[in-house]
Amino acid sequence: MGVEFIYPEFEVIRNTNRCITCRVCERQCANEVHIYDDENKVMLADESKCVNCQRCVSLCPTRALKIVKSDCRLRENANWTDGTIKEIYKQANSGGVLLSSMGNPNSFPVYWDKILINASQVTNPSIDPLREPMETKVFLGKKPSFIERDKKGNLKNNLTPQIELSMPVMFSAMSYGSISYNAHKSLAMAAENLGICYNTGEGGLHEDFYVYGKNTIVQVASGRFGVHEKYLNAGCAIEIKMGQGAKPGIGGHLPGTKIVGDVSRTRMIPEGTDAISPAPHHDIYSIEDLRQLVYSLKEATNYKKPIIVKVAAVHNIAAIASGIARSGADIIAIDGFRGGTGAAPTRIRDNVGIPIELALAACDKRLRDEGIRNNVSLVIGGSIRSSSDVVKAVALGADACYVATAALLALGCHLCRTCQTGKCNWGIATQNPELVKRLNPEIGSKRLINLMTAWKHEIKELMGGMGINSIETLRGNRLMLRGIGINEKELEILGISHAGE
Amino acid sequence: MKRIYVNEEWCLGCHLCEYNCAYANSGIKDMVKALKGAEINPKIHIEESGKITYAVSCRHCEDPICVKSCISGALSKKDGIVCIDKNKCIGCFTCILVCPYGAIRPSDEHAVQKCELCINNSVEMPACVKGCPNKAIVYEER
Repeated sequence: MGVEFIYPEFEVIRNTNRCITCRVCERQCANEVHIYDDENKVMLADESKCVNCQRCVSLCPTRALKIVKSDCRLRENANWTDGTIKEIYKQANSGGVLLSSMGNPNSFPVYWDKILINASQVTNPSIDPLREPMETKVFLGKKPSFIERDKKGNLKNNLTPQIELSMPVMFSAMSYGSISYNAHKSLAMAAENLGICYNTGEGGLHEDFYVYGKNTIVQVASGRFGVHEKYLNAGCAIEIKMGQGAKPGIGGHLPGTKIVGDVSRTRMIPEGTDAISPAPHHDIYSIEDLRQLVYSLKEATNYKKPIIVKVAAVHNIAAIASGIARSGADIIAIDGFRGGTGAAPTRIRDNVGIPIELALAACDKRLRDEGIRNNVSLVIGGSIRSSSDVVKAVALGADACYVATAALLALGCHLCRTCQTGKCNWGIATQNPELVKRLNPEIGSKRLINLMTAWKHEIKELMGGMGINSIETLRGNRLMLRGIGINEKELEILGISHAGE
Repeated sequence: MKRIYVNEEWCLGCHLCEYNCAYANSGIKDMVKALKGAEINPKIHIEESGKITYAVSCRHCEDPICVKSCISGALSKKDGIVCIDKNKCIGCFTCILVCPYGAIRPSDEHAVQKCELCINNSVEMPACVKGCPNKAIVYEER
């Protein structure tokens, strides 16, 4: 203690009447919060170490535990909040950049919650998805703009490579290293079962997961970790990562403590070295340079794989998307500022980038206006939380959505936002073998499959209500959306009318 | 026949199986009432050595040596399950000596105790299996 003391953020409340001292909490807490006092036969807690991941709460067999936010508050005001003051104390102690995990937590508008979906009444029939066929399959990639025939008049197949998805959702990029082997395996198994894709992230592809190739998107980021010819050809598509929604403008940082064993081999870097991805790709300083990389990758894969270019949603995103659409890329992925991360500088996470809803609407409109919308598919991510977010995104113009935080939640993540410590009690954001084994991929993949199956049902229900029986018909159908409680300018950018109009 | 199997790969050593076993066999409805302040004496045990943990309970052997060794006829095999008749057990502990897995232990009464797959309590599935948070203990046909 001393002047640098900051009162613990959480309190461990133990109902001693219910506690049977089975010590599950103690055994399961990697932060070593719970301690058994052998002398008095009671459990004690050091709450200064608690990150509120709820592992102990979830496993306590008698519901004797709860974690609550401490009510010990500084004398805060609207300008100097408790969090703001404590951040000053932390930096005055450490002299360092503040680090955070997961997406932007601040109270910026969530436009998904300010958009309402239409339904059919009287003048057009709604459709019951339980009785009638309903199509949720999508194909991602460049669509041909004309029909070609041979001399005999038969159709020529001029379709470039596509990704086929059973529903407009994919698991977005999370590298092996930032998440565990078992988390990756769960995602891969679920993607294969669901007929969708997961994404390797920038850490390469573990040799065990090549068998899931047709459901894998392999990523090439600025650090080029784990990139080789076999890797590029292993998946169904290649993603060039230019930026990430949680930290636009900077690259990934994976601390050396997580570069162990297989992670080191998969990334092709020595054990214990920090994996620091440069902020830019040093060979890409223009759209022309991007085109070179796109075609290098197409060349390396014999023009058999669609190329995705992933960028963070930033201020001139529509112009950037237009440039990417002309670079030869088949798919543009845009990541909004609420997108998650295993670690990002707090200031960047909380202040850089724009909401994905606005970025999506702006890009879709710009590409249409320029007549190049069919050159590319649009995939968006950055906090897609439910099936209704997916439906709204598709109606705003997205071909598919990237989902990561929701997928991690299905795997057990409790959003404690301390991934950067590497002590994930749920076996997700850790490389400690004792913690990694807590995520059994048999359970993890089943939960992911359940979640996506539920979303698929809900997407069908929502589409049926609108009288739409194919996701293709919904795409860019902004007439199905109305805004609520947002201003003229926001409506204009979203390209939708206000509720009641 | 369905048996309890343990996948060491997924055992977290959380010991919940032991508590769930003790609770299921206590006959008391409330877990707190059953286990609060009690020294539990479950029929499944976590074997630990360093970072390796593994739950051990009766394997219900094809040819159980404990049944052969029982001098009072208290241990028998019914429908593949090795059962104990407490009234016949004289507490000679021969079965404890011969069991290669250490799956039979003294009980709080005069007789020995062992896992009987929760057939004699009100739990539908063996309590250790049902309560295992990581599917390390499974109840299946192999």
